Amino acid sequence: MMETLVCNELSKTYGSVRALDHVDLKLEEGKIVGLLGPNGSGKTTLIKLASRLLVPTEGEVRICGELPSPATKAIVSYLPDRNYLPDWMKIKDLLEMYQDFYGDFDVQRAQEMLGSLNIDYDTPLKNMSKGTKEKVQLILTMSRHAKLYLLDEPIAGVDPAARDYILKTIISNYDETATVLISTHLIADVENVLDEAVFLKEGKVVLHQSVDELRDTTGKSVDEYFREVFKC
Amino acid sequence: MGWKFSEDTPIYLQLIEALKTDIVSGKYRSGDRLPAVRDLAFEAGVNPNTVQRAYAELERQGLVQSERTSGRFVSIDDKKIEELRKDLSDTYIRDLFKKLNDLGMDDKTIRDVLSKWRDE
Repeated sequence: MMETLVCNELSKTYGSVRALDHVDLKLEEGKIVGLLGPNGSGKTTLIKLASRLLVPTEGEVRICGELPSPATKAIVSYLPDRNYLPDWMKIKDLLEMYQDFYGDFDVQRAQEMLGSLNIDYDTPLKNMSKGTKEKVQLILTMSRHAKLYLLDEPIAGVDPAARDYILKTIISNYDETATVLISTHLIADVENVLDEAVFLKEGKVVLHQSVDELRDTTGKSVDEYFREVFKC
Repeated sequence: MGWKFSEDTPIYLQLIEALKTDIVSGKYRSGDRLPAVRDLAFEAGVNPNTVQRAYAELERQGLVQSERTSGRFVSIDDKKIEELRKDLSDTYIRDLFKKLNDLGMDDKTIRDVLSKWRDE
């Protein structure tokens, strides 16, 4: 089984704050993995290291065997946890931009999904609701034929119906040889779509297990188990 | 999203039970094609690998056959449907007795209550 993402002793410090602390992690292809942890546990830092927006303080992260580089960016599709697109842009501008930037962007797939949302291609992002904006960004991200999808809080701040839409978009669009890493603290909402769960606590991986196994051994849902591990 | 799942058992086991119920109830008959992995994953709101695992287990138990090019089919005779119905109902009855025992009822009381229940 091919490994899409490997972290070896990966650490990142901001000043005196240790955001990630010697993380060892291997994610296989074909899996949907939940990166789960409370606020400040290092989820976004890990994702930013894998997408080369940050450089490790120690250790390394590898994407399909390679250190983060322009070459890995071509196979990593990243959805940041905030709006990252200029809000004057219209759908048609976004489609053009994604086609320009990414050789693996499937414009037909994007158009099909956008079609089901009934948005006018001339509507600028700033005129869309928060939920619609999130959906549009997710559609753009999932319309790439990437090897690794890094989705940072894709369902935070949208209503339950939009969450369902987003999760169904994820499960029906990733390639079988790709890996999807979803960071979130809304575990109950995502756990049915996960193969594996990774728990991050204060910058360390405290659990990495298949969700079926975890339910089998603990008799609990991932959400319940999480509440136990991270009890305040 | 999708189907309702209980929290304490693996989802692939719950999918297997749901599919067996569909077979016993006649929703899927022998020779019927089961939904494609992706389609069922989408409908149920679960990971495609989970559906794959449930299908593999049904195949292993000989209830489903996969044809290389055309998908998976229910393969079951009437005798086997009866066995399956008995398996499922045994599980439910065992659960019922356990819950009622937990309420402090003994087996005899449970049988008495059950025999009158429909009439009330």
